[in-house]
Amino acid sequence: MIALDDTDRALIRALAQDATASAGALGRDLGLSQPACWRRIKRLREAGVFRATRLDVDTAALGFGVTVFLGVKLATKGRVSLEDFERAVSAIPEVQTVEHVLGAYDYRLRVVARDLPDFERVLRRRIMTLPGVGNLDANVLLSEERRPGPLG
Amino acid sequence: MLDDTDRRILRHMMAEPEMAGGALADRAGVTASTLARRLERLRTRGVLHGLRGVIDWRALGYEVEVSLRVTLDKTQPRAFDEFIAAAREVPEVLEIQTFLGQVDVRLSVIARDMAHYQQLYRDRLLTLPHIADIEALMHVARVKDREALPL
Repeated sequence: MIALDDTDRALIRALAQDATASAGALGRDLGLSQPACWRRIKRLREAGVFRATRLDVDTAALGFGVTVFLGVKLATKGRVSLEDFERAVSAIPEVQTVEHVLGAYDYRLRVVARDLPDFERVLRRRIMTLPGVGNLDANVLLSEERRPGPLG
Repeated sequence: MLDDTDRRILRHMMAEPEMAGGALADRAGVTASTLARRLERLRTRGVLHGLRGVIDWRALGYEVEVSLRVTLDKTQPRAFDEFIAAAREVPEVLEIQTFLGQVDVRLSVIARDMAHYQQLYRDRLLTLPHIADIEALMHVARVKDREALPL
């Protein structure tokens, strides 16, 4: 695990907000020279501190007004292959994230749709027809807030 | 409204957010100046907020990720506001989502290990106000993680 000082933590916070921020600009904010800041960013990236870059858009403005979280329980475990289910569910364009979880459900899906009738179409035609799907629990997202996390 | 060019640019950006400006313009079949103008317009109209670095908390020593599904005591008129305000005070809470459905609020929580999680759960999470019921889903693996839109 990578050791972090306060400057590293400030850099991670800043890059989580804006992944395109330059070493020069970040260095100025944190009182570092451009090369020193660049070296720190390189070290953080090489340690795998960031697993992806995410384009943050207003999904409603792009015509996707509905986000639904689906809890999926597989019907007969052992009879259906998890790989088959995972491959099929990952191929659905409206399914943004698929998490394998332990608890009341086996999988947790984040699904986007244009509106509720569109969601019903995705649910009936794409999700309920997946191999091995048993119980489903749907919760329509009303608001979402991402927090900075434990970075000092 | 968005036209086909905007949608094409956004589709390529979502597919490969790290792609640099020149490559993105080529891919979307527009000139660099058109791309810059379009991106600026999407930003000013509030469609495009920016590119965020997604932190891999495991690389920072947080091995446990739990999704807590909370039902609130809705006889308390301020249940949502007070619960959410208190949840914001817990640094290990990464996401706060509210829902229409069986679940009222969901918290995404990370912890260094199970002992740390147990301590967080007892001292900081179960003590949040107005909880009627709480259910945990333990994260095992991320199978798909592309918050792209089917544009």
